[in-house]
Amino acid sequence: MKKRISATPNPITPNKPLLFEKRRCSGCNVCVDICPMDILIPNPQKGSPPVVLFPDECWYCGSCVLHCPKKGAITLNLPLIQRVRWKRKETGEHFRV
Amino acid sequence: MEWNELAEAQGVPKWPYPIFYGKETEIYTDVLVLGGGIAGCWAAISAARKGVKVAMVEKAATIRSGAGGPGCDHWVLTPNPLSEITAEEAVDTEVQDSGGYTNAISRYIPARESFDTLLELERMGGKIRDLDDEFKGAEFRDEKTKFLFAYDYKNRIHFRVWGTTFKPALFRECKRLGVKIYDRTMATSLLNEGDQQGRRVVGATAFNVRTGEFFIFKAKVTILCLSRPQRIWQFQSELTGFDTLRPQTNTGNGHAMAFRAGAEFTLMEKSVAHIMGSGGGFPIYGQGNPFNTWHPCSMVDAKGNEIPWVDRDGNILKNVRERSLPAPGQKFLGERSLSYAYRRPQLITDLLERIKKGEFTLPLYADLTGMPEEERRIIWGMMVREEGKTNIPIYQTYGRAGFRPEEDLLQSYLFLGSDPLRSPVLPHKRVFGEVGDCGGLLTDWNLQTSLEGLYAAGDQLFASNYHHHAAATGRYAGIKAGAEAIKRREPKIHRKQVEKEKNRIYSFTKRKDRINWKEFNAASSRIMQNYCGDPKNEELLKIGLLWFKDIEENEVPRLFAADPHKLMRTLEVIDILTCSEMILHACLARKASSKFLGFTRYEYPEMDPPAWHRFITIKQEANRIKIGELPIDFYGSLKENYESRNGDYLISSNYRR
Repeated sequence: MKKRISATPNPITPNKPLLFEKRRCSGCNVCVDICPMDILIPNPQKGSPPVVLFPDECWYCGSCVLHCPKKGAITLNLPLIQRVRWKRKETGEHFRV
Repeated sequence: MEWNELAEAQGVPKWPYPIFYGKETEIYTDVLVLGGGIAGCWAAISAARKGVKVAMVEKAATIRSGAGGPGCDHWVLTPNPLSEITAEEAVDTEVQDSGGYTNAISRYIPARESFDTLLELERMGGKIRDLDDEFKGAEFRDEKTKFLFAYDYKNRIHFRVWGTTFKPALFRECKRLGVKIYDRTMATSLLNEGDQQGRRVVGATAFNVRTGEFFIFKAKVTILCLSRPQRIWQFQSELTGFDTLRPQTNTGNGHAMAFRAGAEFTLMEKSVAHIMGSGGGFPIYGQGNPFNTWHPCSMVDAKGNEIPWVDRDGNILKNVRERSLPAPGQKFLGERSLSYAYRRPQLITDLLERIKKGEFTLPLYADLTGMPEEERRIIWGMMVREEGKTNIPIYQTYGRAGFRPEEDLLQSYLFLGSDPLRSPVLPHKRVFGEVGDCGGLLTDWNLQTSLEGLYAAGDQLFASNYHHHAAATGRYAGIKAGAEAIKRREPKIHRKQVEKEKNRIYSFTKRKDRINWKEFNAASSRIMQNYCGDPKNEELLKIGLLWFKDIEENEVPRLFAADPHKLMRTLEVIDILTCSEMILHACLARKASSKFLGFTRYEYPEMDPPAWHRFITIKQEANRIKIGELPIDFYGSLKENYESRNGDYLISSNYRR
């Protein structure tokens, strides 16, 4: 079956600030109520993860993760251009966030 | 879930909240607090303790909102019984660093009261001591009280604290005391007695940023705690929330509404060359560095050579311990002091030249592995975790990715062109409220502004910053405002002023020929870069003002907000425009250059001429700009002025007992 390709505008921001784990998120919307920028709205489908309506406005404070009652339901996803590198002192091996 | 996914699966979702444009609710309170950040919560708490009715209006959700909401790692410049440093000496660090352009009144209040404030915070549930003995035996710990100190282990004037516990504790205390909290509600204007600019403030208007419902707050006394403007010179339309130190929603709403109401401001011409706000930074506190939260972390170059540290006289320090002790003959160390008197030990000052000569190789790294164990643990695990925006974004995210402070060197972006703290930047890439001190409201010793009935605290005040400052000034303003509210009768609101504001707000929801808030902010910041860069001249500044006048006439009437959230953003950018105009007027009025104000004029190249060592003030009278001036030491004797107004308080204070 052919996948339908929709006509959508470019992403509003290069980043995807929050990742939701569907199986863990109960759709309680605590994160919607805590977010200082009000970037989230409740999912029209009750019990589903909230919708990131304003991803460009995320302050990356992590308050949503901190107050989430279900561990692992939300991950703060640092923008790729903000991923910092580190080096293991003994081996010189390189890593990145 | 992303909006696009939802839209593709189910179609474009409806606005999730009911819309109440035009619906009006009036609330009468004794004390009205605008802004529910650190200063606002403290103001509400101390006013409520006076037994008066308090309402607090917050644009976000009070439990975590504001610049200090996510956390705080240090409670600085706080004289206390374990330290010999006096309040006058603590304020002197700010005076020296700013060349005198500081708010000595608002700095002196925390110097006297922030230790009391800290103890009160503990009673509300904030964690301020190492009760779990995690750092038992460390030099920076007082074994008896279990307080931990930072930056200067000898003089013990900067506390290390568990600031992620603070905001929820303040929020609970507000609720316990019966403060009526209006979350997701943006204050939009102050109401003057008789609708006359410059007259007593009798309340404010606001609207709900989800439903659009309109609120009128009638109040005997109002306390403004709305932080400071950002996005004046730099705005990234796709990354609006990306790397501003304070929440990007701090857009000078308080500055703009107080200016329109006729309040007097100062230091509005000050700005700093800085890339913060440019979208080019790294997570705040999330790269290897030896400053602030990361002090006194060792730094190494790419080949593992350690970068030496020096004291203020350039003497090489022999060990890690010496990085947190004053130099011979030095009184004490300030947290961020650049002045000789209080300058902290730092990396060798000719590091860049020595990198160019090949002595050190880029990139540099923070080497926590080589630090004494308790120093490593307190930087990575307490400071980086308790400081705002470090727990989830850095401590937990980096930890999950595999970063181990005992084994790993965290890269620094110093000298790689992306350092948000110390890199040189282009002269037009300036910031106002994003970092350091900036212009704001002028107040008397009660923290009352030039308008009767309007008090101010925290970052709303000129030359302010720091969590402890917001807390102590909020607490103080609440006490004074609460006391005044007890004495005052119910004020009268002028209906015409309410109607004007209501019409202004909702006009943005009804436009036909539309432009959006992002285009507007992008343009206003471009105007400031072009006409208020560095250096400036009269002609450029006047063209800047002309531009803003044009925009007010032609583009403001086209600004469109499709929903209540965008209405909030739209009103924010108009406030940014008002603040930009205030800055241009103040810049025109200062006819001299100043190193301390980050201010240079082509026509007046002499730096800091003594004749101009004074404050320029700005306000509106009958909608016309009025420039004034104040002597640099207008606050008089700190001790006498403070003590003569706070006799009752002195009895209970723990200050240096």
